[in-house]
Amino acid sequence: MMPEKEPIVVVRNLHKSYRRGNYIIPVLENISFDIQDGEFLALMGPSGSGKSTLLNLIAGIDAADSGTIIVGGVDITRLNEAELAAWRAANVGFIFQFYNLIPVLTAFENVALPLHLTELSRAEQREHVEMTLRLVNLSHRMDHYPRELSGGEQQRVAIARAIVTDPAILVADEPTGDLDRVSAAEILDLMERLNRELGRTIIMVTHDPRAAQHARVLRHLDKGVLNDAHPQDPL
Amino acid sequence: MLILKILYRNAFRNRLRTGLTILGITVAILAFGLLRTLVDAWYAGVEASSAIRLVTRNSISLAFPLPVAYGDKIRQIPGVKIVSWGNWFGGIYIEEKNFFPNFAVEPRSYLALYPEFVLPEDQRTAFYRDRKGFAAGRKIVEKFGWKLGDTVTLKGTIYPGEWEFVLRGIYRGKDDGVDETQFFFHWDYLNEAVKETVPPLADQVGFYLIGVRSADQAATVALAIDALFKNSLAETLTETERAFNLGFVAMTEAIVTAIQIVSLLVIVIIMAVVANTMAMTTRERIGEYAILKTLGFGRTQIASLIFGESLVITALGCLAGIALTYPAVAIVHHELANYFPVFRVERQTLCLDLAAALVVAAFAAIIPTRRAVRIRIAEGLRRMG
Repeated sequence: MMPEKEPIVVVRNLHKSYRRGNYIIPVLENISFDIQDGEFLALMGPSGSGKSTLLNLIAGIDAADSGTIIVGGVDITRLNEAELAAWRAANVGFIFQFYNLIPVLTAFENVALPLHLTELSRAEQREHVEMTLRLVNLSHRMDHYPRELSGGEQQRVAIARAIVTDPAILVADEPTGDLDRVSAAEILDLMERLNRELGRTIIMVTHDPRAAQHARVLRHLDKGVLNDAHPQDPL
Repeated sequence: MLILKILYRNAFRNRLRTGLTILGITVAILAFGLLRTLVDAWYAGVEASSAIRLVTRNSISLAFPLPVAYGDKIRQIPGVKIVSWGNWFGGIYIEEKNFFPNFAVEPRSYLALYPEFVLPEDQRTAFYRDRKGFAAGRKIVEKFGWKLGDTVTLKGTIYPGEWEFVLRGIYRGKDDGVDETQFFFHWDYLNEAVKETVPPLADQVGFYLIGVRSADQAATVALAIDALFKNSLAETLTETERAFNLGFVAMTEAIVTAIQIVSLLVIVIIMAVVANTMAMTTRERIGEYAILKTLGFGRTQIASLIFGESLVITALGCLAGIALTYPAVAIVHHELANYFPVFRVERQTLCLDLAAALVVAAFAAIIPTRRAVRIRIAEGLRRMG
């Protein structure tokens, strides 16, 4: 019998609420689940269900009220702000709905941005960026500014930026939400390839069922409660 | 390197706003530099004072004279090297607006006391020989187009009448801190005329100028002079040249203080303007700072982006302001040369310009930086979306 692989993400008894004036609104209630290494998980749910909040907590850009989140063996709920920043830089790649590129930097410079925090030499950084841009098929656009790129191209730059440091997990919040159907399909294909061919762990939040079909595992979040995982065959 | 690139490009993202802010800083630094130069000009006489020169005057007031006979007694005091004397003449050249300081002095001792007035030897000799001769600074000679040998007439105010003088020497300052607008002539010429016209004013001097052998003897000599004439009809008050000149500045201290306050207000106003610019830019870019934080950039890096941008904008305005200060000072000097013979941008003013710019840049970035480093990433990203 093969030994079971350690999950890369372990979430236990997670609670998160927001304060709105005098009211405390619970968003996540006692969430516990695991994500296996190399998994492509789609988190679905209606607006306000807490899926983006859950993603932010796993990615270390928001703090839980209680519970633990262990990613790659590190309990990130115990890290302080500076430790968390260093941990994110080394372990998480981010893909956002609105690409969130820095407008004053070229595609090349945007992708190089996370490498600025590493100890790679300039030549090594250049090599990494060029290789990553080749992977997302944007070598010919590396000197273009975000405003000179289409939405799909900008999202591919964002993906290149997310993977250039070779992070343990990729988190994607509605990565196709701002794209037309063709561009969205390209982005989802690319993410699927990253998962299938390069073994990247991807956690994607989406409310688009077509996008979710590209994932291997599907989970629904509703009113702060996470449903069981549904393995599926990606498209 | 990438951080520098971002902050530099950020600084020029909104060119109109950045341009106007830089223009504001330029004008503020220019105004600050001009006002500081004005204050320095006020103190130029004090700064040019020598530690080995003393001024003796009547203890009642400068308006009361002293007997010329005091000179010989002062010369006997140990530590005294040179004794000169003179009177404020207060003559007017053609019309009152052509003001320049004019004195009757004992020429040999006076020039010996002021080696910073550089006079060619032949002109010096010609000045000594001609009782009606006068020497004048290069600036007023150029201003009025006088030439050596020209006769210049001054209208006396203290000593009535038309007084004719012949230009025998043109002096230059040893450095650019020396007043080149003085006009001085033979005290004997004045005294002889006064003997005939107003005998009671004859053989009286307005002040003594005393050169001491070394600066550390100045206090002792000053006390000795005043002690010598204590209980006489004309008691003396002796002070260092610096203290004497400071006494004049003290009369107008309120104006100087007002100018200094205005110069500081200018900096405070521009501080508010730059702070407003930085607050606006940071508010617009809060999402971008959140992205950088998401990618792992720390507080220090975010702060250096904002402080750096503030510094780039302020430094450009400061440099432009400093560059414009020189021509502006030249223009103002041309217009006010009668009142401020030494009007130049001091190194200290440049240092204050740079320090003011640095303070403005730092202060303007404090609040925006606080906001940017404190904002929760999730909240910042929502604003970006």
